[in-house]
Amino acid sequence: MSHHIVAADRLSFSYPDGTAALRSVSFSIHHGESVAVIGANGAGKSTLLQQLNGYLTPTSGQVRIGDFPVTPKTLHDVRRTVGMVFQNPDDQLFMPTVFDDVAFGPLNLGMPTKDVEQRVTAALDTVCAGHLAAKPPYRLSCGEKKRVAIATVLAMDPAMLVMDEPTSGLDPFSRREVIKLLNEFSHTRIITSHDLDMVAEVCDRVIVMHAGEIRADGAAEDIFADAGLLASCRLEPPFSMQACVVCAKRGGQTS
Amino acid sequence: MATIEGSMLDFRQLDLLAAQDTVIHRLDARAKVLVVLLFIITVVSFGRYELSAMVPFFIFPVVMVVLADLPAGFIVRKVALVIPFAAAIGIFNPLFDQEIRLSIGSFGISGGWLSCASIVVRATLTVTAALMLVAVTGFTAVCGALERLGMPQALVVQLLFMQRYLFVLADDAANASRARELRAFGNRGMGIGPFAAMTGHLLLKSWERAERIHMAMLARGFQGEFYLQRTGAFGLRELLFVAGWLAVFMILRFTNIPLLIGEAVTRLFIAQATIP
Repeated sequence: MSHHIVAADRLSFSYPDGTAALRSVSFSIHHGESVAVIGANGAGKSTLLQQLNGYLTPTSGQVRIGDFPVTPKTLHDVRRTVGMVFQNPDDQLFMPTVFDDVAFGPLNLGMPTKDVEQRVTAALDTVCAGHLAAKPPYRLSCGEKKRVAIATVLAMDPAMLVMDEPTSGLDPFSRREVIKLLNEFSHTRIITSHDLDMVAEVCDRVIVMHAGEIRADGAAEDIFADAGLLASCRLEPPFSMQACVVCAKRGGQTS
Repeated sequence: MATIEGSMLDFRQLDLLAAQDTVIHRLDARAKVLVVLLFIITVVSFGRYELSAMVPFFIFPVVMVVLADLPAGFIVRKVALVIPFAAAIGIFNPLFDQEIRLSIGSFGISGGWLSCASIVVRATLTVTAALMLVAVTGFTAVCGALERLGMPQALVVQLLFMQRYLFVLADDAANASRARELRAFGNRGMGIGPFAAMTGHLLLKSWERAERIHMAMLARGFQGEFYLQRTGAFGLRELLFVAGWLAVFMILRFTNIPLLIGEAVTRLFIAQATIP
């Protein structure tokens, strides 16, 4: 299906204070692809994500989601297509209970109450959080909050998921749960993260950003094998691809 | 000393009490909001020197606390926190209003003292009623009831957001003030300067958070209309509950029961004294 292409065409954006956050960024992502956008702090990743659902308007260039260019007129359709999961779940969970929060999106889309209930239950079950439905968000653990935040977006049945740091701040077990969840989805996925080991497990394709530009765009294994490229963008290969620290120490002691 | 974190925990506890299942908890939230509103209006409608006629009104919180199985000590401690503020409002009355209104034997009590005491009693009654309402209904349900009773949605949503982010903001504030205390070394860093900077920083942080929340709302199709859950029905039990309390409030409002009892007792004494 060519329907769910995400395409950026010479996209540039400057903040009102003059900081150029994106400089002529172009890429296109096809249906069902799982793509990571990686880069150092301040490379422009979050700005790019905010362009994808029309929260920021490009200074020049264009974003297309499916058949629509992102313009003020198409925002409603774009936001229905693009499910956005924010980095801090406290920003995403604002309703009195988990149930209300997951129901927020579907109700805004004007679905009848019966269907909304079904959707909410289904979305919460997908992320294994059905038992949390009646709880207020402030009484959840961080891992639970992250999973519920994903459910709030799933309930809207988006064609693609855009996630900002889905595994940050999680303990190893919760992180593993989120990775498993991400691998189960068949949606188009666009993920930004500093957790490159997660990226290696979840994404086939990696886009490397540096200073508002795309430095590289290719298969994950090729990108992660290019230590020189990564170093020039203030990055490193995933830990699982680096030499074992413990073994190196042990080797040092015996010799 | 009460800390920010401590009082936040108490507020959460008040909300947790609402999860109980008693006769009162099961009533529709609108009925409870209405009764408490009627109660507050009735109490506030008394004249400024009235004192004795208000005392019987304590029957409302007492009955509710018993029926709803609330921890009375906890509610009393919460109310006690607020009373000093009420007392501060009335504290200058005795200075301005020195006319004698009441005399017990040769001891005269001025109007100022009477109105001051009246303010404190009023505050105790209304604050108790409000805290009790949250404890038997839950803050969210109170907001929902207000909306269904016709309060503009914008205000209701403000209340809901306030409750949601009060905890987040309090966490932020608690962290910041702990970080300051740890680096204050005695009293040097505890002055008004760092405090002002800290408060300003909190404001900016909340501002940015508000923007991100708005972004999250837009991302999920928010178009200005909030859909709140509407559960519960206003049935016969609710009607009886409201009508019953309204009757009690009206009787207590228009008859001064302590005065009647006092007169009855006096009459009894006079009758006995005249018999021999």
